[in-house]
Amino acid sequence: MVGIVIVSHSNKISEGIVEMCREMAGKEQKIISAGGLDDNSLGTDAVKIANAIEKADSGDGVLVLADLGSAILSTEMAIEMLLDSSSDIKVKIADAPIVEGAIAGSIEAYIGGSLESCLVKAEEAKKFSKLNK
Amino acid sequence: MEKSIYSYIEAMRDVIVENKDFLTQLDAEIGDADHGTNMARGFNAVLDKISENDSDLKEVLKKVGMGLVSTVGGASGPLYGTMFLKAANAIKEDTINSNILCQMFKAALDGVKERGKATKGEKTIIDAMEPAYEAFVKAIDSGGSIQQALENAINAAENGVEYTKTIIATKGRASYLGERSIGHQDPGATSFTLLLKSILENYLK
Repeated sequence: MVGIVIVSHSNKISEGIVEMCREMAGKEQKIISAGGLDDNSLGTDAVKIANAIEKADSGDGVLVLADLGSAILSTEMAIEMLLDSSSDIKVKIADAPIVEGAIAGSIEAYIGGSLESCLVKAEEAKKFSKLNK
Repeated sequence: MEKSIYSYIEAMRDVIVENKDFLTQLDAEIGDADHGTNMARGFNAVLDKISENDSDLKEVLKKVGMGLVSTVGGASGPLYGTMFLKAANAIKEDTINSNILCQMFKAALDGVKERGKATKGEKTIIDAMEPAYEAFVKAIDSGGSIQQALENAINAAENGVEYTKTIIATKGRASYLGERSIGHQDPGATSFTLLLKSILENYLK
């Protein structure tokens, strides 16, 4: 099953999103939070993200949902660090709103979708209308 | 460069800590007001990870890069982290001479540009770093000393910082401000220039 990693500047946000995804997800599903810094301040940590990606992978790849700015830079850095350590985990970063994208992506993972289809589902969340206007 | 690599990193930490509030103030004007705090936290943490007895330049620069990546927190974490890691990777042999310094500088610059997908003129660290690199190499190529090369690099970086006041930010948080970012100098270009100055100061000590 495709693993999901949530990257936010705030640990509370990433933990909260994992909690929301868990409501719909399977028990064994790997949805890992990588938010904030070790001293609990706001920020993103590429080492923490790389560890989360390794933890989330079970062979089918990992989809990362990130908030903004350095969350993306740190995730890209984490992916490069994994490549440098000759990891072969397939990783994609979703260009999607973090909450909606995480829920859409984790449901797709739950029903057995591939990394590619999880990515598509997560990114479709960008166009999802909340007010049905 | 007979001085220990530790003394250089310590000098960098000191200049960042001294200018912590100044950097944060610059960032408050056009960003999210954390550049000074983030950089100071990062360099303080990094100094704890290395020791005065560490003599392997490559290893120390790697530790510094990884340390910054995991403790700075903002975009400067991966950017400065990449700078140190790429500089470390450019070291292929034990002896350090001015040519290797040029290669390290080049690798660091290319790394930061790639990481931030930035080029000159976008009101970022690149506006100080690229002219600094060019001035450094030019000085070395024309037979100048490391001291001269550093002085020229600092001069070019300072001009780069001045230049960032005249342009609109198109990268990072400051880009939300559009034209209102004109008149403010870029915090990242400023911190880079401060780091270069601390290197020269320590070199001349």
